Amino acid sequence: MELLVSDKIILAHGSGGKLARELIEKTFLQALSNPLLAKLDDSAVFDFEGRLAFTTDSYVVNPIFFHGGDIGKLAVCGTVNDLAMVGAVPLYLSLSFIIEEGLPQEDLTRIVGSVQMAAREAGVQIVTGDTKVVNRGSADKLFINTAGVGLVPEGVDISGSNARPGDKVILSGTIGDHGIAVLSQREGLRFSTRLKSDCAPLNGLVAEMIKVSPRIHSMRDPTRGGLATTLNELAAQSKVSIRIEEEKIPVREEVRGACEMLGLDPLYIANEGKLVALVAPEDAEAILKKMRRNTCGRGAAIIGEVQADHPGRVVMKTRFGASRIVDMLVGDPLPRIC
Amino acid sequence: MKFVDEFRRSELARGLIRSIQQHSTKRVRLMEFCGGHTVAIMKHGIRQLLPATIEMLSGPGCPVCVTDNADIDKAIALARIPGVILATFGDMIRVPGSRSSLQEVKADGSDVRIVYSTLDALQIARENPSRSVIFLGIGFETTAPTVAASVIQAEQEGMRNYYVISLHKLCPPVIKELLDSGEVKVSGLICPGHVSAIVGSRSWEFIARDYGIPCVVSGFEPLDILQCVYMLVLQIEQAESKVEIAYRRGVRPEGNQRALELMYQVFEPCSARWRGMGLVPDSGLRLSKAYQRFDAELAFEFDPGPAFEPKGCICGEVLRAVKTPRDCKLFGTVCTPASPVGPCMVSSEGSCAAYYIYGAAGE
Ligand code: SF4
Repeated sequence: MELLVSDKIILAHGSGGKLARELIEKTFLQALSNPLLAKLDDSAVFDFEGRLAFTTDSYVVNPIFFHGGDIGKLAVCGTVNDLAMVGAVPLYLSLSFIIEEGLPQEDLTRIVGSVQMAAREAGVQIVTGDTKVVNRGSADKLFINTAGVGLVPEGVDISGSNARPGDKVILSGTIGDHGIAVLSQREGLRFSTRLKSDCAPLNGLVAEMIKVSPRIHSMRDPTRGGLATTLNELAAQSKVSIRIEEEKIPVREEVRGACEMLGLDPLYIANEGKLVALVAPEDAEAILKKMRRNTCGRGAAIIGEVQADHPGRVVMKTRFGASRIVDMLVGDPLPRIC
Repeated sequence: MKFVDEFRRSELARGLIRSIQQHSTKRVRLMEFCGGHTVAIMKHGIRQLLPATIEMLSGPGCPVCVTDNADIDKAIALARIPGVILATFGDMIRVPGSRSSLQEVKADGSDVRIVYSTLDALQIARENPSRSVIFLGIGFETTAPTVAASVIQAEQEGMRNYYVISLHKLCPPVIKELLDSGEVKVSGLICPGHVSAIVGSRSWEFIARDYGIPCVVSGFEPLDILQCVYMLVLQIEQAESKVEIAYRRGVRPEGNQRALELMYQVFEPCSARWRGMGLVPDSGLRLSKAYQRFDAELAFEFDPGPAFEPKGCICGEVLRAVKTPRDCKLFGTVCTPASPVGPCMVSSEGSCAAYYIYGAAGE
């Protein structure tokens, strides 16, 4: 019998031939198995009824393994969260792997394993996928592209443009954990921290919040660009201003320390398991209480308010009582050189 | 890292602000040399909290901003040489030179890479033995020792493909230049925290002694800065001028001798061109004789072409503290962090960027 197994991904794994078949069966099907995927048809076919939410994203994180997760977990959680942020119940995901020639098979297996775990945690199925192997140097180890569909429950209308003056701004927990955890493992920047990425699916938390009040106006997960950028997006979309209070924003000691050291601002650091919700003031306390009972919302806090003046602007009251504008992030946050 | 919170406690801050208000009777102009301080001051709204007697000036202390256009052009020309990998810290690649930026030549196909430390650059050189890796060394006394260490490491490993462009600058000589020019009157100096950790607070003694200007070394947390301002006000009110440290957790009077030794083993002082200030004697670092084979400028032939400043940009004056970013006609309209005209709007420690990003609400 031919020995096909190889400990590295080689170009032939993307050829559509025997090795490709083996890769799909041994690595993907085994871990992600479900009836829709197992059919291996060109498209997954399923029934649905109602309002569909549909999203796509690509994951190019470096390094691909970090404290608290890896690119696989990130891809599933990120896509699930994009669906959850419009109140949808995530159902099916597609995953497309673009692999750089030479990636250890072991790494791929580990990543597909965490895809499977994250999908189980979020209650979604990976029903279709694709694998491409590109020449060394044409990709950085591994890129994952996803798409996801979910169903929006009756009566739910969550959009970045729905915020109204008077709404309370609820943040589900500490900011900056993911960004600093990833940064701490960048080549040449390694610093030791026990900090873990907050990477997690938020659909469970959102479902609970919707149970308390289906009238949540806006919701978004502050991923790249951090809380500051997300609030700016919401303020612009809804044509309102948002006022937040620095003292009320939860930030872990480790994140603060690392940010001080590197000259970064936690407001701009990425998160992968946090959400911001803009809700009517009368619903805020009840939603907050419910959130705090969920693992993903344990650190939830009301951090500010939506106002009518200066549409599009985000202003923060600093802990010393001064106020300053909080703008969008331009480019990536980079450690200081001074 | 428990310490940060202690330096942000609002009651302590309010107490300090009250003390500053009580003691400050004379009108003073305090200059923060360091861009990191400018950012912290803007970010925490410290200007708004200080009494009207205190005016804050931003000095030239941002390594990206003070880099002369001709030097950026040089880096761009080197990056364009086939087979070269140019590695540098992040902010540098967005700074516009006379005609282009490293970011643009990267998009055109040059191999420009962002690294987080010299270790990355060395690693790239090891992984690409057939190519030349040039590290664009930029920064003050804080980063120069790490670049020196990379050169020593490359020498020990017998690497033949690692080079450095040294755009490093030294702080004490440029402060002297600034004070000698007499362009701005400064009553107190907030001395750079991280630079002082290397050079020691003693390096500022000439300022207190020869110019009669009080100096206090500050950290980067709001309480550090308030503490520093308070100490400066006390000195000024008591007509004293000495060097004090408001950043004991980071700085000693004698600095970090080991780092300085490393730096002067590999580099030697030379005159350097600063944006807005021209040639300043002994304010730069070039590779010393023994390490000249690592000098990219000597190893490669290149033509950067003539350098010129971006039209309308007053970065030079902003850096000399003669003008503030808001005096610039392009500020916030033509020039924003998303489409920067000058380096002061690019750098994460640049004055224009700090004013733009953290501009006080309503201002
Ligand atoms: S606002 Fe822009 S153009 Fe004006 S000085 Fe600053 S960087 Fe230069």
